[in-house]
Amino acid sequence: MLDIKNLHVSYGGIRALQGISLHVPEGKIISLLGANGAGKSTTLRTIMGIVKPTEGSIEFLGGNILGMKSFQVVMKGIALVPEGRRVFTNLTVTENLALGAYTRNDKVQIQQDIEEIYELFPRLREREKQSAGTLSGGEQQMLALGRALMSKPKLLMIDEPSLGLAPVLSQGVLSRLKELNQTRGQTILLIEQNARAALSIADYAYILETGRITLEGPAAELATNDAVRKTYLGIH
Amino acid sequence: MNFEAFLQNLSNGISLGSLYALIAIGYTMVYGILRLINFAHGDLVMLGSYVAFYGVAMFMLPWWLAFPLAILVTAGVGIVIERSAYKPLRDFPRINLFTAAVAVSFLLENLGIVIFGGRPKAFERPAFMDQMLNLGGVSIVSYTPIIIITALVLFGLLLLVIYRTKAGMAMRALSKDIEATGLMGVNTDKIIMFAFMLGSALAAAGGILWAIKFPQINPLMGVMPGLKAFIAAVLGGIGNVGGAMIGGFLLGIVEIMIVAFFPELSGYRDAFAYAILILLLLFRPTGIMGEVQAEKV
Ligand SMILES: Nc1ncnc2c1ncn2[C@@H]1O[C@H](COP(=O)(O)OP(=O)(O)O)[C@@H](O)[C@H]1O
Ligand SMILES: [Mg+2]
Repeated sequence: MLDIKNLHVSYGGIRALQGISLHVPEGKIISLLGANGAGKSTTLRTIMGIVKPTEGSIEFLGGNILGMKSFQVVMKGIALVPEGRRVFTNLTVTENLALGAYTRNDKVQIQQDIEEIYELFPRLREREKQSAGTLSGGEQQMLALGRALMSKPKLLMIDEPSLGLAPVLSQGVLSRLKELNQTRGQTILLIEQNARAALSIADYAYILETGRITLEGPAAELATNDAVRKTYLGIH
Repeated sequence: MNFEAFLQNLSNGISLGSLYALIAIGYTMVYGILRLINFAHGDLVMLGSYVAFYGVAMFMLPWWLAFPLAILVTAGVGIVIERSAYKPLRDFPRINLFTAAVAVSFLLENLGIVIFGGRPKAFERPAFMDQMLNLGGVSIVSYTPIIIITALVLFGLLLLVIYRTKAGMAMRALSKDIEATGLMGVNTDKIIMFAFMLGSALAAAGGILWAIKFPQINPLMGVMPGLKAFIAAVLGGIGNVGGAMIGGFLLGIVEIMIVAFFPELSGYRDAFAYAILILLLLFRPTGIMGEVQAEKV
């Protein structure tokens, strides 16, 4: 579904990505793991057209998406839940969800989909008329996820959903993702600090170190790999 | 001062305030989205009144055609300014953008002098705006309520756009987080352009109404209303559209009332606006409706 080849990205002098290649097949959960500053967010931001690469190619559903602006990438069928959630704190919960459906014109269906999000996250329904700024961190994460789903993305990308959440909550978010994948066949590209949790729901994973992919493989295999266990799972 | 004079002054203050408010909205919308003080905004006030003037005086158009046309033309110029002078600089330090705004302002003023001529022109009010009215024993000129009502209608329309349309929702989102708004599938360039268009249209409407109230126009006429409206926007809390309206009315009313109650101070009329601004910034730096917000990076 998504094919990235030899992607290079620099911020001024900092070479954030130095030729990464990765593949996201339809219907799978792919996880991108790595320490802080490895280049995970940069990868997703480049896919969304926020950051321009110096080299490489990005193809989605067989067509080039490199050089597109964010809104065009969204229209192609990719949604990103950005790092730190970034819900619109000056809009209500419902407005945040409606904005997620900005590219769509099917009013009736949008209304139904908002309902569906509220069924998925009943906490949000209780707060539908409140501004998103009044939500707790966990609720904001649900809203950010619901908002991204509102565009009906073929590929859902999520940048560190459990950042700043209590372990119980982050476990909840991750099991929701697994559920979406299993019930709807939602394709997901997941970035997660908690490697153990990510490997437990992913089908395949890539490990990124200072802008390079150093290891990749089926999630179950990586979870038993010695190097991964030492560095990312804290098992010695 | 008797009660009638008080009411006359009050209506005068409200109509002046509604003009400040109309112009202040453009400052506040652009600031809310780009964190840019659009220095050239006041000059669009001038442009609007000149286009309306030429529409009537040169092209012999009826006012009801010339005025809306002037608003459209000015909105178009606002878009051109955004596209050509501001958009290319958006990713550069804010000071570059500000410098560009100052440059555009000088450009418009000097083009005004070259094209329209430096000599003031007499702006002719449509006759029905020049009637003496007797409202409950208070006599006022008909343009005063016309200015106020027009401004209120425009405010209502603007609020409808901002709070009841998809583009308005995108605009509100944009003022919080441009990048995240793009991630929602919003063509942010288009929405920014739309905001400039709305602000410029309101500035033109303000300019035409200004010329109706003070029927002498000249190429530098936008400077003072622009400054006052900017102060009104800061008073209300810059970035906040409702605040700009409140700030505008407040400034207009206070300015007129101080002069009405203390005629001997009338020479300091413009200084009051600055004094109010300084006081407010000392005691409530975020303005009346403003919220404390993190500086955009
Ligand atoms: N806007 C930016 N400007 C300059 N350097 C950046 C910027 N964003 C990220 N970087 C740098 O790029 C590298 C990768 O960052 P990032 O993709 O955010 O990593 P991760 O998400 O894996 O923590 C880091 O060295 C970081 O400091
Ligand atoms: Mg990151």
